[in-house]
Amino acid sequence: MLATLPGLTENDNLPLINARPARITAPSENFKHMSQLKKSFHIKSRDFIRAGEASINIQNLLKSMDFDPSLIRRVAICGYESEMNVVMHGGDGTLSIEVDSDRLILEITDDGPGIEDIDLAMQAGYSTANDDHREMGFGAGMGLPNMKKNSDRIQVDSKKDDGTLVRMIFFIPEKGETD
Amino acid sequence: MLVKDLVEKFDLAVTGGKSGLDREVTEGYCGDLLSEVMGNAPAGCAWMTVQGHQNIVAVAVLREMAAIVITGGQIPDAETIQKADQEGIPILQWPDSSFSLAGRLFSAGVGNPASE
Ligand SMILES: Nc1ncnc2c1ncn2[C@@H]1O[C@H](COP(=O)(O)OP(=O)(O)OP(=O)(O)O)[C@@H](O)[C@H]1O
Ligand SMILES: [Mg+2]
Repeated sequence: MLATLPGLTENDNLPLINARPARITAPSENFKHMSQLKKSFHIKSRDFIRAGEASINIQNLLKSMDFDPSLIRRVAICGYESEMNVVMHGGDGTLSIEVDSDRLILEITDDGPGIEDIDLAMQAGYSTANDDHREMGFGAGMGLPNMKKNSDRIQVDSKKDDGTLVRMIFFIPEKGETD
Repeated sequence: MLVKDLVEKFDLAVTGGKSGLDREVTEGYCGDLLSEVMGNAPAGCAWMTVQGHQNIVAVAVLREMAAIVITGGQIPDAETIQKADQEGIPILQWPDSSFSLAGRLFSAGVGNPASE
């Protein structure tokens, strides 16, 4: 129900309501990014074979939408690091990308063991990776720092035994603006 | 320089991703720690690494690399080759160290501003 706007009587509201369809017609080319879109991918814990596929899908999606290459590169880095963290340290989870009018939102959740000390985990070089992971070149403790460096905002929510959520926001640069 | 020129010039073995041999190599990068490479490798690079497991392919795709060169006589896993074929990322092999190939690439003008 539309509330009565100040200064308008009940009747004066009618034309406003009738005018609504005109404002919700398809967005013009310029506002292509206004159209909201969200895609989610299942990430399986310990599945090194498929690790990275969701991020490659997201990269291709963003390319097909003509986003700035350096923005896509940053999202790709963050996607990969978050997928690998779920595969190596987390439980089963979901990686999602949301395209909003002025930002991209990359979010990963998993139902694994959680992070006991988030500040420590965010420090470059800190890692609980095991010897097998290290032999494969993982465990530099650079994943979360890479995610922080390459996103505009990062939020990490986790508790021991209660899963992990990492949400990253990337502001979409104005046309002609590079970073 | 295209990947196939690099293959010819340095007599590298091509073990996967043959459909990507026409990609252009503009840079080089050496690294074996995946997060370090993910954070720092330039687009269009030939990436020299001793890692041969399947996760290197996603790194190369996401960083938009030209090719992966597995060095030190290491052998890529079968899954690595399969993924590389799927993504069109050439997997090359070099029997000696990353250093020795990087030196040759640099002298040949790859990632070397003085050569331009
Ligand atoms: N989803 C997760 N669930 C549980 N623990 C996590 C999760 N993500 C990160 N961690 C913890 O945070 C630490 C630091 O993560 P970070 O990604 O920075 O480094 P790493 O994964 O150990 O190594 P690298 O990413 O360089 O290969 C991990 O070693 C792990 O202890
Ligand atoms: Mg990590």
